[in-house]
Amino acid sequence: METVDLDQADPDFVKELAAQAGGGEISACFTCRTCAASCPISALNEQFNPAKIIRMALYGLKEEILTSDFIWLCSSCYACQERCPQGVHITDFMTLLKNLAVKKGHAPAGIKAQMKLVTGEGRIYPLDDFDNKKRKKAGLPELPTSCDAIVRLFPENLEESGIHL
Amino acid sequence: MKYALFLGCTIPARARNYELSARNVAEKLGIELVDMAKFICCGFPIKAADMEASELLGAYNLALAEEQGLDICALCSSCTSALSETSHLLTWDEERKNRINERLESLGLQYGKGAKVKHFARVLFEEIGADQIQDQFQKDLSGLKIAVHYGCHYLKPSQVHDHFDDVEDPRSIDALVELTGAQVVDYPGKKRCCGGPVLPVDEKLAMAVTKEKLDDISASGADAICLVCPFCSVMYDGNQKSIEAEYNVSYNLPVLYLTQILGLAMGIDRKDLGLNMNVVKTKELLEKYA
Repeated sequence: METVDLDQADPDFVKELAAQAGGGEISACFTCRTCAASCPISALNEQFNPAKIIRMALYGLKEEILTSDFIWLCSSCYACQERCPQGVHITDFMTLLKNLAVKKGHAPAGIKAQMKLVTGEGRIYPLDDFDNKKRKKAGLPELPTSCDAIVRLFPENLEESGIHL
Repeated sequence: MKYALFLGCTIPARARNYELSARNVAEKLGIELVDMAKFICCGFPIKAADMEASELLGAYNLALAEEQGLDICALCSSCTSALSETSHLLTWDEERKNRINERLESLGLQYGKGAKVKHFARVLFEEIGADQIQDQFQKDLSGLKIAVHYGCHYLKPSQVHDHFDDVEDPRSIDALVELTGAQVVDYPGKKRCCGGPVLPVDEKLAMAVTKEKLDDISASGADAICLVCPFCSVMYDGNQKSIEAEYNVSYNLPVLYLTQILGLAMGIDRKDLGLNMNVVKTKELLEKYA
């Protein structure tokens, strides 16, 4: 059994979480572990345990959670959230933790790459002429290979790239 | 019946067999699917990175449909879920809606009431119904044993999908498959996730989740898997060979979209159902049953 070092705890973390979607209900958790028992990831990898992560958050172990690899193992399948007898929005809570980790600069390369593609190109699989050729051959209508709207939705990306509208 | 067709990112690039079969089945059933050139990513892939950015993408797409006075029909379960979630949220959060509208303004768009979002399978189950679907059938698929994989986001989170099916005992896809005469076989872990969302983070773990279900379905005696999401198809169809190699097992389990199964029963040509594009070959299965 590991010892929890509460000197590392941030007592305001629970309040910070409570102010955001998914973070407000965790204090209702009574540790029944229905979430862990329902989780397809916990079944294969003991590094990931939603009940434990909720407990860690309630203890204020912010730094440890947000720099961890394990929050990224959640498959967001909602099995836990649908079954939680206390109405904790566990999947939304996991998404919130991932969002907070990204804000602090901790994100797996794959997640960063998807973010860059989607906010840059408007799609995770941008389409090119070759795709349209294959679509046409299959009898499917052609689709646009570029997206004008995305720069207006995310103008901050443009500022970073030095282009001005 | 008319819907704005939401294809998302994965389907037009990687699941043309799904798109083709869905379009052809829709045509048989008189569902008009309107192509929307301006639709972009639904926001699902960036939920983990930035929920607000994800909502902005969702709201943009919903506002485009609203502008045309159309509800949305999506083929991908993750698109259906992400768009429904944004729509659900913006119904209740006026402040967030205003923030989003500030961004949409430069595109001349306005999010008002948004649009209703339904998965194609849900449209078939709820709005078309058994009689109208069976009216189009020309072939009896009796003898074919199908294991249905619901996946996660077709049904969950249940409140954004109006609880249209029971997440703990789903029936909608079973019922549609059974219309064809095919037998739906049960197997342990039917409700379990495909593992796909973990793929960009931990490929080995994602594949291990996928393998569990392939093991269970294989043991059930099913001839094929039926699913309704291109992400799930990447895991079960696209990655089946890699899993067989990695774990030294053999499945040879064809993975069909619901629309391909219904299309076969409707007598639609195999090529027009994109069956030649399925990774695990379907030839043997089709010779036997269709």
